[in-house]
Amino acid sequence: MDVSRSPDTVSPAADTSGSAVIEVRALTRRFGSFVAVDRVSFGVGRGEVFGLIGANGAGKSTVIRMLTTLLPVTSGGATVAGYDLVRNPGEVRRHIGYVPQLMSADGDLTATENLLLSARLYGIPFREIRSRIEQTLAAMDLAPFAHRLVKAFSGGMIRRLEIAQGLLHCPAILFLDEPTVGLDPAARHAVLGRLAKLRAETATTILLTSHYMEEIEELCDRVGVLREGKLVAVASPAELKARVGPAATLDDVFAALAGEEAKSPEIQAYRDVRLSRRAARSHG
Amino acid sequence: MSVSPAGLPARTADQSSRAFRYFEQVFGVCAAEVQKLYHDPFELFTRAIQPVIWLLLFGEAMARVRGLVTGSMSYINFISAGILTQSVLFVAIFYGIAAIWERDLGVLHRYLVSPAPRSALVIGKALSAGIRGLSQALVVYILAGLLAVPISLQPVHLALMVLFIIVGAALFATFSLIVACLVKTRERFMGIGQIVTMPLFFASNAIYPLAIMPAWLRVVARLNPLTYEVDAVRALMLRGGTSDFGVGSDFTVLAVVFAVLVGVAARLYGRMGN
Repeated sequence: MDVSRSPDTVSPAADTSGSAVIEVRALTRRFGSFVAVDRVSFGVGRGEVFGLIGANGAGKSTVIRMLTTLLPVTSGGATVAGYDLVRNPGEVRRHIGYVPQLMSADGDLTATENLLLSARLYGIPFREIRSRIEQTLAAMDLAPFAHRLVKAFSGGMIRRLEIAQGLLHCPAILFLDEPTVGLDPAARHAVLGRLAKLRAETATTILLTSHYMEEIEELCDRVGVLREGKLVAVASPAELKARVGPAATLDDVFAALAGEEAKSPEIQAYRDVRLSRRAARSHG
Repeated sequence: MSVSPAGLPARTADQSSRAFRYFEQVFGVCAAEVQKLYHDPFELFTRAIQPVIWLLLFGEAMARVRGLVTGSMSYINFISAGILTQSVLFVAIFYGIAAIWERDLGVLHRYLVSPAPRSALVIGKALSAGIRGLSQALVVYILAGLLAVPISLQPVHLALMVLFIIVGAALFATFSLIVACLVKTRERFMGIGQIVTMPLFFASNAIYPLAIMPAWLRVVARLNPLTYEVDAVRALMLRGGTSDFGVGSDFTVLAVVFAVLVGVAARLYGRMGN
């Protein structure tokens, strides 16, 4: 059953229905004494596009890294694509695609070689590999650059290749951590266009984080607002705006609900900033 | 509440056996590394310089020193096997820095979110160090041939040589990966790499025989996997070369150490993305 696209009819209650493809239950992550993610619970329905927003250090990336099995959970849990995150991480990995905030395409390989590596890691049947790579490259408008080294790509092309990598094995869920960070407006537009097309044409569930409210509004059926590790609101963009005020924009929602960036020193902010700026530089 | 896997969108038809898939994952990781070398082989050429220096400068000079008892073997013959092993070791031992680099870039995460078992990732990366090692070995073979070292070109010897170079390089690359997982930054890794490499090299039979070592050093050398690598290489590379421990024992020691290191590295590599 498809989740309705009309934002006003999707209420938070709908996410506990049988079609939830991600179900997060009191997910918690501590780094020492710092609680990066604090008993977060939400559900994402099949085919839904779910956005996570919040200030720097609010826990968006930490949630994604836990849901993609990269980071062990401290307590709580989640069901991802029908598998228990803690007990069955291997099956979870098989059914998800992940486009990290940093680079995931190898600059020293061509686009095709990058996808070939993904195909082999995910065990795509031998006779399907070639056609699957060609299709995916075409879907991301990268066919003419198939045999070009990725280090010669523009930032937007790298991002689209990374999305291609994430989609090659037809995952049930695609996780995107700030997919347009560091891109110029044209490149952002191209990436968002591909994602909107993906949303329209397939049943792929998408969970993404972003700092750009307009892209959250454009893409997401529902939005979760994280503040200091806690989920303070889950609703459609329209509902969130209505909650803040009659003429509110999502930026106002962000200001009202998300608060300021966390100031705890334990979150490795320096390292994160350094890494994401470097990634932004190589993407831009 | 959970979605039945069958209800999800069409996915990879999962017909290939587990073993085949494992092999494919190892192969995929290794092949990607080899493709990188193909696109930019510059590294292979610069790496080839080091064995040239050791053989031509150190080897030729030390060959004049009569004090080194190397059995019936001339010193230049003796050391050419040592230099071959050393150049393979040096290629492998700094391999972990690539893992740190991949972690900083984010490329590491693409490996860790894939369903490939961590051990398959580790073995794939390690085997690609073996491929680099083979190019080093080729350089040493050519050089040694020019220096009139009696090289064995028997197919069995060459085939076993390939096997030992790959296992040896893979072993030290995996060791390097473990260090990388523990120290996590390039600066610290370089420091540790320097500290580890020289003792490994000097506390082995690479440039002088075990027989001339003081007893305590001989014990250390016997615990050093490099000693077994050199021992086998010396028997396989040279016409009439002999091994102290037997090539079979050498291989067993290296294979067991490699297996243990892969087990450790697989655990640590999975946590490297934290």
